[in-house]
Amino acid sequence: MADTNETKKPEMVHIKINNIPVEVPAGTMVLAAAKKIGIDIPHLCYHPDQAVKAKCRICSVEVKGSRKLSASCTTVVWEGMEVFTDTQLVRDTQVGILQLIMADHDKDCLTCARNHRCELQELCARFNVQIPHVPDVTKKRTTENTNPAIVRNPSKCIKCGRCFRVCKDVQGVEALTFAGRSDNLIVTTPYNLPLEKTDCTLCGQCSLVCPTAAIVEKDDTQIVLDALQNPEKHVIVQVAPAVRVALGDAFGYEGGAIVTGQMVTALKMLGFDKVFDTNFSADLTIMEEGSELLHRIQNGGKMPMLTSCSPGWINFIEKHYPNLLPHLSTAKSPMSMFGAIAKTYYAKHAGVPVKNIFTVAIMPCTAKKYEASRPEMGRDGMRDVDAVLTTREFIKLIHYVGLSFKDLPNSEFDSPLGVGSGAGAIFGATGGVMEAALRTVYEKVTGKEAKPLEFNDVRGFEGVKEATYDLGVRKVKVAVCHTLRNARKMMDRLEKGECDYDFIEIMACPGGCIGGGGQPYNTTNEIRKKRIAALYEIDKSLPYRKSHENPDIITLYKDFLGEPLSDTSHHLLHTTYHQVHKLYEFK
Amino acid sequence: MGNEAQFITKNFGKYNPMSIDSYLAINGYAGLKRALAMDGEDIASLIAEAKVKGRGGAAYDMGRKWSQSRAVKAPHKVVICNADEGETCTFKDRELIKNDPFNLIEAITICGYTVNAQDGYIYLREEYRHLRPLLLNAIKQAEEHNLLGDNIQNTGFNFHIHLYSGAGAYVCGEGTALIRSIEGKAGRPRKKPPFMKVSGLFALPTCVNNVESFSIVPHLLMDDEREYISYGSGESLGTKLVSLGGNVRRPGVYEIPFGTTVRDIIYDLGQGIPGGQSLRLIQFGGASGKISDGRILDTPYTYDDLKAAGVTVGSGSILVVDNRTSVLDFLRMTQDFFSEESCGQCTPCREGNLHIKLILEKMARGEATQADIRDMKKIATIMSISSLCGLGESAQNALLSAMKIFPKIFEIGGAA
Repeated sequence: MADTNETKKPEMVHIKINNIPVEVPAGTMVLAAAKKIGIDIPHLCYHPDQAVKAKCRICSVEVKGSRKLSASCTTVVWEGMEVFTDTQLVRDTQVGILQLIMADHDKDCLTCARNHRCELQELCARFNVQIPHVPDVTKKRTTENTNPAIVRNPSKCIKCGRCFRVCKDVQGVEALTFAGRSDNLIVTTPYNLPLEKTDCTLCGQCSLVCPTAAIVEKDDTQIVLDALQNPEKHVIVQVAPAVRVALGDAFGYEGGAIVTGQMVTALKMLGFDKVFDTNFSADLTIMEEGSELLHRIQNGGKMPMLTSCSPGWINFIEKHYPNLLPHLSTAKSPMSMFGAIAKTYYAKHAGVPVKNIFTVAIMPCTAKKYEASRPEMGRDGMRDVDAVLTTREFIKLIHYVGLSFKDLPNSEFDSPLGVGSGAGAIFGATGGVMEAALRTVYEKVTGKEAKPLEFNDVRGFEGVKEATYDLGVRKVKVAVCHTLRNARKMMDRLEKGECDYDFIEIMACPGGCIGGGGQPYNTTNEIRKKRIAALYEIDKSLPYRKSHENPDIITLYKDFLGEPLSDTSHHLLHTTYHQVHKLYEFK
Repeated sequence: MGNEAQFITKNFGKYNPMSIDSYLAINGYAGLKRALAMDGEDIASLIAEAKVKGRGGAAYDMGRKWSQSRAVKAPHKVVICNADEGETCTFKDRELIKNDPFNLIEAITICGYTVNAQDGYIYLREEYRHLRPLLLNAIKQAEEHNLLGDNIQNTGFNFHIHLYSGAGAYVCGEGTALIRSIEGKAGRPRKKPPFMKVSGLFALPTCVNNVESFSIVPHLLMDDEREYISYGSGESLGTKLVSLGGNVRRPGVYEIPFGTTVRDIIYDLGQGIPGGQSLRLIQFGGASGKISDGRILDTPYTYDDLKAAGVTVGSGSILVVDNRTSVLDFLRMTQDFFSEESCGQCTPCREGNLHIKLILEKMARGEATQADIRDMKKIATIMSISSLCGLGESAQNALLSAMKIFPKIFEIGGAA
């Protein structure tokens, strides 16, 4: 073998934890080293995908030779190190810190949005904290629930800083920050404004990483339960592609498990009259958006064209780059297209009065709640999507009705909005919308099927990907990026005229929708990658892998829409965007 | 008898602090000129041999610090002068800047040369804003005389000094909070590593020293008679500026040879407690310092002797409290200070300060139980061993030392 092929082995360090020898690579933190021998050192501010903060101090352990305790999240191992995680001093400190946190935390656990799903509660259970030693000093602060997506309850904040880090480091938005000092330290917004009036895009990544209920999605489960019990309502539900590869996490499946069949059964058992698939309307989005791209190319439209399915991204560009709005595709998102079709075509098809149809969308996303509330997403004062539930709220509903999810049989989506192609399925992954569009556009332009059908250059977890494809008559240069931090970099380039792409896919959340702000609480980048792999697996397993071959889509155009970009399509499936002024500008 | 030394303060009153010419006339800048002809490592060794320890409070070996900073190779490095003198009853740095600003500028420049830095920053506490003109003038005049700026004294050494002030938070005296304040961020400490010498201000290798620590250096370089090390003994060589305050007749800054007894400092230099009152307690080293009572009076003021007696040199302050203030009231006052000045980031300090304040108030009302006292001690211990930065670690030094010195105050009859 050539020398160059040898992989360099990391230097190994030998330490002892509670007298048990452990060998770990140099640079490993004590917290991770302990995990290797099955010791879970308690932690709250630590998050595997974030920079180490070392603020909560609950992971303090003894290191021989050190006069103080060491925060294991930020203490690097060294050769010969001896760590003790279970001495009296360590226990007193960890439990003491836990009690100090509890004393300044709104403890209405029984009625809390995160009852039974709270990291603080888990630690209290673990350490059997029964009688609080220190008096309650919780400062009752006003709950902020003025937008349709995110609720902030500062009385439950433990100041771990995870929300601040994800907003700043992953999204580059910085809508949340620390203010004040000493016991008045709080996490808040600029000028304490409500989130929607700041730079916030309602992407919900903060709600995903928050260890308590200080930031949660707005709970709409009761609205849905009420609709399901209302005999006048014909309640239909659509499920986004990203939900089926994440839902299983909450029911004991490995990360990335595909639970489509059981998910459909659960929805039927919940009492939905029809269970449909957002993959179907993802295909519809490709028909419209792909046609729009070709139209722009052929007619000298605004280029490059930007995708428009991610509502966090739409909120971002409306606030931060309003001058670039003409680049956005006018195509609505799959969720909103579904809603529009449900309240027109489907109503007629099913013979149900439109006013009696109640549409529910199950989404991996908090910003979808805001999208559904936009006046553009409805007609005659009526919303196209009546309620949006996050994956997390869906999990709550499954618990509510007492379903044993793992034991449920598989079922199929209903007709006529229940068939989705593989192209629709991969919408949930970063690069998926681009690949789905390329499959259709390539064939429309060249008249030939793309071989191979997989566009691997736009797949993967890198923040920004780019590729060029030859369509015969011309080449198209495309780019894909995920997270708003990367979106900002791309928009800065676009403003400077440094983007010679034809088409750019942008997703607000890391990994795309599978990593959305409404996904189950365990979501980490490692799990995001597994979910992406699962979506490509679903794609491969399906009979139709191109949107334009979806038979339900072909029927829809034949019977109702006519053709892509028709007048009916424009009326129902396209939208407009507006500059959103923030209440403050730093100038 | 307590005798004042004049080594660090030897320039006081000898020149006009607004005039570099008058400073040059008393042989000012001879230290820098000598340093520029030396190898940086030799300068660090000189400081190490004199056993100079950081005078901000941490007492880190200064020669070693400069040597370690030197060893970090980087194209751009910085030196910071920490003039955020925020410890209570501490005002020696103020006197140094007020009386001898050119010596400080000279010292920072020598440090820049020693550790191969290009920029120096003075972080002056907001409350010393009246000293800004003095420092700005000194920087300007030094630049005009080619003693600062580009190609200093035609040696090819470029060094610039910048003056910054924060918004007045005590915690900004902590190195990592200080650099964040200069960077324009909220002054909250961060975890270490990375250590300052590798990644400090603007993520550049950074060498931070206190005003007094710096001020020794030019004198040390010119100390051919080896006067400095003739003072003191053991690990505590040379002289030290103490800020004496509280209930004494003559509060002020005194330069004492290490080894002077606490009694001589308080009763001789400070002329004792006025008004026929008696001594209750003494706090050493600022609000974050430990306390003692009259039993410490005959202890020589050295690092080791004070440590053996249960206190530390810290910031070099000596706060004398007479019998008109109770121990409990003193502790409550100190606690109020920390309850105000904690940055609030880490749990032990944020929540611990709050709960200890509540228990001290309960004690003052006569409502505390022995269980409260136990909780207070437990929380204070948690703070001191698990806080993120030195503020949380040392905030309960006064309380924990008081529990040892005055145990009876914490014995509550009846309820357990």
